[in-house]
Amino acid sequence: MTGTSGPGRTAALVGVGFTPFTRASGRSVLALAAEAVANAVSDAGLRLDDVDGLGSFMVSDDSVPCVAVSSALGLGPLRTVLDMQLGGQAPCHLVWQAAQSVARGDAEVVVVYRALNGRSGARVGSMQFAGMGGQYRYPIGYGAYLMYVGMWAQRFLHETGQGPADLGAVAISQRRYAQHNVRALRREPLDLATYLAEPFVVDPYRRSDCTVEVDGACAVVVTSRERARDLAQPPVVVASGCYRAGPRPGLDIGDHLLWEDYTRNYTSWLRDELFGRAGIGQGDVDVAEIYDCFTSTVLMGLEGLGLCARGESGEFVRSGACGLDGRLPTNTGGGLLAEGYLHGMNTVAEAVLQVQGRGGTRQAPRHEVAVVTSGALMDGSALILTADR
Amino acid sequence: MAGDALSGPGLEEGTAPRPDLESMAWWEGLRAHRVSLQHCRDCGRTRFPPMPSCPWCASTAFDVVESAGRGIVYSFVTAHVAVSPGYRGSLPYSVATVELDEGPRLLGRVEPPSPLAIGDRVVSRFVDHATWTELYFEPASAQPSGPAAAHPSGPAPPR
Repeated sequence: MTGTSGPGRTAALVGVGFTPFTRASGRSVLALAAEAVANAVSDAGLRLDDVDGLGSFMVSDDSVPCVAVSSALGLGPLRTVLDMQLGGQAPCHLVWQAAQSVARGDAEVVVVYRALNGRSGARVGSMQFAGMGGQYRYPIGYGAYLMYVGMWAQRFLHETGQGPADLGAVAISQRRYAQHNVRALRREPLDLATYLAEPFVVDPYRRSDCTVEVDGACAVVVTSRERARDLAQPPVVVASGCYRAGPRPGLDIGDHLLWEDYTRNYTSWLRDELFGRAGIGQGDVDVAEIYDCFTSTVLMGLEGLGLCARGESGEFVRSGACGLDGRLPTNTGGGLLAEGYLHGMNTVAEAVLQVQGRGGTRQAPRHEVAVVTSGALMDGSALILTADR
Repeated sequence: MAGDALSGPGLEEGTAPRPDLESMAWWEGLRAHRVSLQHCRDCGRTRFPPMPSCPWCASTAFDVVESAGRGIVYSFVTAHVAVSPGYRGSLPYSVATVELDEGPRLLGRVEPPSPLAIGDRVVSRFVDHATWTELYFEPASAQPSGPAAAHPSGPAPPR
C-alpha cells in the first residue's frame, strides 16, 4: 500500500494535545491554545524548539492567530504559518496542508490547533457570520447554524426514506463511546425512548442531535514519517487528504441557497480523489471519524464517502455497525455530539489515537486505516490515515 | 397568534436587513411588493441571491424580472426554541427553502408553521415592517384557486 503525501517525503501525525474541555474555562483563548500545542509537542516526544510551523482556524475572530501562539511559547523562526478563516471545514484541510509543507521540505514539525472559548465566549452556534448572505437569513429568524444543517437534514431524511430513529441511533451509538472518554461532556447513557422523548430544538433536531459547545483546545503534530519513527508515539501516516467546495457554495458559510442537492454534501464531491490517492478502498477502512456537529452529518458522511449505500446509513448505525464490536467503529470518542465542539480538531485527534492504538477502553480492535472528515455542508475536507506499514 | 409573529416586535431591532449594492433592487422591490429576480441574458437562468454575475455562466448581463412568488417547499425547519440571534418573535415558527416556479430557491417563514411538508405548494405574501418588507409564505390551498400568473421564466438549473 502506498502512503504518500505528495511528490516529496511522506508525512505523519505523531502527537496529540488537549486542554480540559469545560463550559467556562476562565482562561484566555491564547492560554488554551498554548497549552494544547505544548501538550501535543510533548506527547510526540519533541521539544518546543523543534516546531517550525503552525496552523489554525477561526470563525469571526473567535481564536488567536499562529503568531500569538508562537510568541506565547517562545518558538523559534516559523517556516510556515497557516491561518484560515473557516469553521469545521478546516481541520483535515490544515493537516493536509501541513503534510504538504513537510513533504516539500518547507517545514519539519507543524502543529495544527484549534482553540476557543466556544461556550463562555463567542458561540459559533448562534453568532452572525460576516458575509453577504446574512441579510436573507437573520431578519427572518434563520440565523443559527443548526437551522442550516437541519434544513439539509430534513431533505436528506425525506429523499432517503430515513427518520428520527436513524438520527437517534447516531446519538445513542456515540454516547456509548463517551462513557469511555473522560474528556466528554455528555456521558450519561442514552436510549431511543429517552431520545424520542426529548423536545425539538429545531425540528428535525432534538437536544441530543446537537453538539455541545465547549471551551478548550486541541492540537496535533505533523512531521515526516522518517522523523516520526524516532519519536515517542507510533507514526500515523497521512496517506491522503482532500478539500472540496462543490459548485456554487454560496456567499458565506451559512448561505446554501445556490447548492443544488441538500442530500449530498462535500463528502460526495471529494470521495473519489480521497480514496484514489491513498490507493485504499472503502472496505479497507477500520475506523471512521465523521464530522458530527449534528447527527445527520454522520449519516450523510457515511453515505457520501461510500461507506454505506444511499439511504442505508441509518440502518447501518442501528445495526450496531458503528459500535466497538461492529464492522466500522465510528466517532469513537463520542464525537462532537458528546465529547464537545472543538470544530473537528478533536475528531482528527481521536483518529490519531485510534490508529496509534491508544484508545484505551474505546480502542477499535482493527485500526490500520482511519478516515476522518471536517465539515457539514457545501465545503469540507477529509483525510485517510494509516498505520506505518 | 400566528399573525402577531409576522408583524411583532423583535423583527425590527438589530435584525433588519442591511442591503448592499447587489441586493438593493431586491429589497426595494419587496418594499414595493414585487419579487424581483435577476435573469441572465446569456444562459437564461433566473437566480437568487442577487449576484454581480451569473453563478452558471459568469455573464454580467442580466435583467431584473418579476416573480409570481409561487413555488414548492424544497425543505424546511421548525424552530421550537429561539436559537437565532436577535429573534424575539413567537414560537414555534417555520422557515422553508422555497423553490420558486421560476427556478431559484429562497428562504421565507411559513405561516402557519405546521402542518408543513416537503413538496407543499406555497404562495408568497408581503409583510411590511417599519423599515423593510418581508416575503413570507403560506400554503397555496389558502389562496383562491386560479391559474398561476404567466411569467417569463428561464430554464431551471440543471438537476
